[in-house]
Amino acid sequence: MNIVVLVKQVPDTYSERKLRESDGILDRDATDNVIDEIDSRGVEAGLQLTEAHGGEVTVLTLGPDRATEVLRKALAMGAHKAVHVVDDAFAGSDALQTSAALAAALGKLEFDLIIAGNESTDGRTASVPAMLAERLGIPQVTFVRALEIDGTTLKAERTVDGGYTEVTSPIPAVVSVTEKINEPRYPNFKGIMAAKSKPVTTFSAEDLGLAAGDTGGAVSWSIVLDAAPRPPREAGEKVNDDGSAGTKVAEYLASARLI
Amino acid sequence: MSDVLVLVDHFDGALRKVTPELLAAASRIGNPVAVVVGAPGTAEALAPALAEAGAATVYAAESAEATQYLVTPQVAALAAAAAATSPAAILLAATIDGREIAGRLAVRLDSGVISDAVDVDADAVATQSVFGGSYTVRSKVSRGTPIISIRANSIEGSAPAAAGTVTPLEFSVDAAASATIVAVHTEPAGDRPDLGAASVVVSGGRGVGSAENFTVVEALADALGGAVGASRAAVDSGYYPHQFQVGQTGTTVSPQVYVALGISGAIQHRAGMQTSKTIVAVNKDSDAPIFEISDFGVVGDLFDVAPQLTQAVQARKG
Repeated sequence: MNIVVLVKQVPDTYSERKLRESDGILDRDATDNVIDEIDSRGVEAGLQLTEAHGGEVTVLTLGPDRATEVLRKALAMGAHKAVHVVDDAFAGSDALQTSAALAAALGKLEFDLIIAGNESTDGRTASVPAMLAERLGIPQVTFVRALEIDGTTLKAERTVDGGYTEVTSPIPAVVSVTEKINEPRYPNFKGIMAAKSKPVTTFSAEDLGLAAGDTGGAVSWSIVLDAAPRPPREAGEKVNDDGSAGTKVAEYLASARLI
Repeated sequence: MSDVLVLVDHFDGALRKVTPELLAAASRIGNPVAVVVGAPGTAEALAPALAEAGAATVYAAESAEATQYLVTPQVAALAAAAAATSPAAILLAATIDGREIAGRLAVRLDSGVISDAVDVDADAVATQSVFGGSYTVRSKVSRGTPIISIRANSIEGSAPAAAGTVTPLEFSVDAAASATIVAVHTEPAGDRPDLGAASVVVSGGRGVGSAENFTVVEALADALGGAVGASRAAVDSGYYPHQFQVGQTGTTVSPQVYVALGISGAIQHRAGMQTSKTIVAVNKDSDAPIFEISDFGVVGDLFDVAPQLTQAVQARKG
């Protein structure tokens, strides 16, 4: 079976993230960028399925030139080939536009399954897998913590508030995985060397048949009116426990009418 | 006045707390219309509570398969309701399912979507708190019908009671594009509220020291009627199950009161809780970063402070 894994380069959560003052959009140049941790679990899930059932893993990303770094990382882990959707016209795309561009790229690929991370650490909209499934007219099975394929049926455990559900779905489908799904392998030296000769195909907006009026922040389907750094939270009262601090906390909560 | 659709979040024959909040938000923009998706009879049973919470009309999108498929019945029902009413906005809870329904619906209606709003005004301008509350962003949908998912506990006020007239809604689900729910497994959460929607959350961190010691955290949560959370360090150490993790890679919470016990306050943890209204922290280390954002901090041993607090809370309850 052939699997496409969506990967994304995101600002490192250990570095400070800023919104541009001019338009309230994430300043991706101001931060360190890394492969989203959850996406390496998506790559791992794809590799495990192709190791069991045959076929190839293609990694797909939409992003600027430097996003090739995340593709190389996935290829070094063992993915077979990579597709990079790259065009200045995509700058500032929102989740709906991103899903449209990804759907167009997927239209040029063969796949039985699409795997994504459940939620990126930057945009946190968690909706791209659902949007993509809707555009492709196929099911989405999200927040998956265990996954198997049986013929043309997918069986999964889906994490929900307070437990999990067992879900089945026909394939092709869009799956998003949680951090419980697996521990991703580290690329070894051989993998890193092999990655250098694996094919990376690039698609521009024009290659995908997307008109200039459909892409990018200027024609985004929602607009940011204003963005303000939240005033830093002020540290309040701090006491050393003299044996009565528990009672003092209760008094504090009571005085604020919280208990 | 235009209609505003609200997808009713319900469980086990009762409204979830976020539903009246969504109706309150809807009443700022227009005429609140509730959409109930469920097995036959669900809408009739929920109608009195929905009327009380401000729903003028209650659309009943009901069928046996409505509970069997994942997300797609709700998308189909909202699309049908939108075709019937041309609403000014569509509001949903910012749960896992709610955000996915919003995403699929936005594609189907060719409309813009805003996720995880913490406020919405009369013009459907949504306020979001991003990067764990370090920025406040106001946005507006600029294409189609605004679809906005709203975080629980964030909308103030309520809508005036309305008629709550139940009206059947025709809708059809594409089985080929749907995943099927085979079985639901509930992991023991006892009588505690859902972590994401609780108005009080008591969390334990590495300082709790062991799985057994988490009973101290649980006792305080129970005295306060709150949910139990855990930091990533506590979860990774095996002290508490993963589904209770608060933070960037876990649940984002925004309760009235957040109590952090033995949590240092790494940025990834703060990202998941710093929009809480009041933060209380107990930590042995007086330099712990959690104190920088605490309204009331105690430098001390959580095993002295938490039980005393539990007792004091119980005493006040009488």
